[in-house]
Amino acid sequence: MRRESPMPVSCWCSSMSGEAGGGYRSATISVLVDNEAGVLARVIGLFSGRGYNIDSLTVAPVEDGGQRSRINIVTSGTQMVIEQIKAQLDRLVPVHRIADLTQLGPHIAREMALIKIVAPAGDKRAEALRLADAFRARVVDATTESFVFEMTGSTDKLDAFVALMRPLGLAEVSRTGVAAMARGPRAI
Amino acid sequence: MSTHPTPPETPSASAPGAEILLRALKDQGVEVVFGYPGGAVLPIYDAIFRQNAIRHILVRHEQAAVHAAEGYARSTGRVGVVLVTSGPGATNAVTGLVDALMDSIPVVCLTGQVPTHLIGNDAFQEADTTGITRPATKHNYLVKRGEDLARVVHEAFYVARSGRPGPVVVDLPKDILIGAAPYTPPPTAPHRSYRPQTEPNADAIARAVALLKGAKRPVIYTGGGVINAGTEASEALRSFVRRTGFPCTSTLMGLGAYPASDPQFLGMLGMHGTYEANLAMHGCDVMLNVGARFDDRVTGKLAAFSPGSRKIHVDIDPSSINKNVPVDVAIVGDAGRTLLALLRAWDADAAEPDRAALAEWWRQIDAWRGKDALRYTQPQTKGAVIKPQYAIQRLYQLTREAGRETFISTEVGQHQMWAAQFFKFEQPNRWMTSGGLGTMGYGLPAAMGVQIAHPDALVIDIAGEASILMNIQEMATLAQYRLPVKVFILNNRYMGMVRQWQELLHGGRYSESYSAALPDFVKLAESFHATGLHARSVDELDGVIRAMLEAPGPVIADIAVDEKENCFPMIPSGAPHNEMILGPEHEADAAGIADAGLVLV
Ligand SMILES: Cc1ncc(C[n+]2csc(CCOP(=O)(O)OP(=O)(O)O)c2C)c(N)n1
Ligand SMILES: [Mg+2]
Repeated sequence: MRRESPMPVSCWCSSMSGEAGGGYRSATISVLVDNEAGVLARVIGLFSGRGYNIDSLTVAPVEDGGQRSRINIVTSGTQMVIEQIKAQLDRLVPVHRIADLTQLGPHIAREMALIKIVAPAGDKRAEALRLADAFRARVVDATTESFVFEMTGSTDKLDAFVALMRPLGLAEVSRTGVAAMARGPRAI
Repeated sequence: MSTHPTPPETPSASAPGAEILLRALKDQGVEVVFGYPGGAVLPIYDAIFRQNAIRHILVRHEQAAVHAAEGYARSTGRVGVVLVTSGPGATNAVTGLVDALMDSIPVVCLTGQVPTHLIGNDAFQEADTTGITRPATKHNYLVKRGEDLARVVHEAFYVARSGRPGPVVVDLPKDILIGAAPYTPPPTAPHRSYRPQTEPNADAIARAVALLKGAKRPVIYTGGGVINAGTEASEALRSFVRRTGFPCTSTLMGLGAYPASDPQFLGMLGMHGTYEANLAMHGCDVMLNVGARFDDRVTGKLAAFSPGSRKIHVDIDPSSINKNVPVDVAIVGDAGRTLLALLRAWDADAAEPDRAALAEWWRQIDAWRGKDALRYTQPQTKGAVIKPQYAIQRLYQLTREAGRETFISTEVGQHQMWAAQFFKFEQPNRWMTSGGLGTMGYGLPAAMGVQIAHPDALVIDIAGEASILMNIQEMATLAQYRLPVKVFILNNRYMGMVRQWQELLHGGRYSESYSAALPDFVKLAESFHATGLHARSVDELDGVIRAMLEAPGPVIADIAVDEKENCFPMIPSGAPHNEMILGPEHEADAAGIADAGLVLV
């Protein structure tokens, strides 16, 4: 199943020859940047201009005073392409630090979704509520013919829940994209 | 997280932004600005009018301002500076910016912008300059507050010249230029985030030397990074090549870093490189790449590129390493410092290189050299058509005889490749050419910038009749500033490089590549207050070159050359190095061109 992306997705894969680049992998990369005008455009332009994939991208200020932002990018490619992506990000002037969380070891990656179900009273409504309970989704809005669930978790878990909701009246999904950091004491 | 915030510099008394800007330029050591005025930058022109420290050179097109700044930068090792107005001024500069980006040339381009309150309103001559130039620059800035102005200008210079150099745009809204701004001097503390690594890692140096010492068929492959790292880097390269006894080849951008006349030099490599350079790259067992980027013009077919070698790559830009070609030893650092570190480690290592194997390798290289792949035949009978290669060779020989310090720029096409093959550069910073972007129209303005930096030197633009028309308006700039640039046109009446590909790859269908309706270049020169000369046959060539070299002012020399001559050797796009096409002088060895070449550029 193809999941919605929070940002425009560049769709052609890099022309890098597969043999030289090793196996294809997914990478979650965190980037600490100066929170200045255009910095997000720079990062996105880098991905679209060089034909890298963006599976998810989130950005928000993370420091007091809002001087720095953290961008979390989920991307995929051969090992060689992922190394390129990191090197290309690292040489952007406003970039302070980058961390390839996937490579550094165990990490936590979470996203939040709002999921709207339109289902008048009946079996589907009851089933949706039961599943929401099992997935620990919270009901944050309800009318006689609709619900909005809020759910936080891994991308896979959200994907699975959204798939289950589809036949039960799924009307709309809004996802944040991934926020991530390494487990243990290591900081970016 | 460690950050090194710049300690707040005590701002000195404020002045109008335009004056603060000029003061910052002065403190950055700027002597010359190449520019073109317009509404949004009038406050800067006003400030320029009221001072004498910075000279303004009025070009005739903003693209030319950037190429001139590139020529200035490349020939001096300093940052070139450009000043253009908003909207069309900025968009006209874009080609130059991308050219500087591709060839890693330090340029700061100041662009005017509509006042901050009008930004986003589709105001007159508004363009989203930072948006348009984001992928065209190393970095760009929009100054939105007067208090940021001086800091941003200083930072722009730092970013342009540090690490892998490149173009930086500073977009300056008109109200910022008029309003009061405080001055801050160049910062002394390190930049908060951009701190490129220049010192190589000792461990990587040791691994590199171990590989090099054990090499039986080594080759040193150098690029523009050595030129960018300054004359010390070229010195270090010379020492290292001589100490090791290894053969050395260069990319188009690196010519001059190692002296062309030295027997250890194999000539340029790549698509139109020498037979010996490309076969040495193909057959080597250890390759040391210093400041080159495994560009497709150099590697040919990637999968077949130098298949049996262990590779060491020295580059100041980590993103250049393992980008196209996976390497065994990656060394991030300044080319000069790394070469010195390699030299020290080479001397400190007791192991002896395999002299017998090296001698055998040189015998092989000499055999390849013996093929003389650049060979051509110039009939000397009166009235004989001039071979373009011969024209460059005579130009080279006669400029040598003239004994003046000589700088060469080129346009783009066959003439550029022949210049690279036949003009021998003994020193760095003497050769300006558009390598990465391949921009026709680069050569004349670049030569202009070189001549500004070196008023007493001989500066020649080796041109094609098609390319020269792309920035021909700069003849007026030459006239205005009495710049004695010589334009040496190899006039083959074709976009020769296009015609060559059409002949070799497109069944001889010469679609739109004929240079019809050419101007009379002699009259054209004269109308721009320059001297016009032309040579129609081989017997006229030397006389024209001599007259050109002796003329005190600018000259256009129109040299009619063989229309059908092709540039060889040639490795077609997508072919491996050992499938080179040699010229008609080597008919018997001609190899076929892969169909894959058709889709490549
Ligand atoms: C601005 C630009 N447009 C198009 C090209 C494609 N191109 C490369 S070489 C060439 C022909 C150049 O002709 P000329 O200047 O006469 O040089 P010659 O090859 O004949 O020596 C063209 C059109 C280019 N490099 N730059
Ligand atoms: Mg031509």
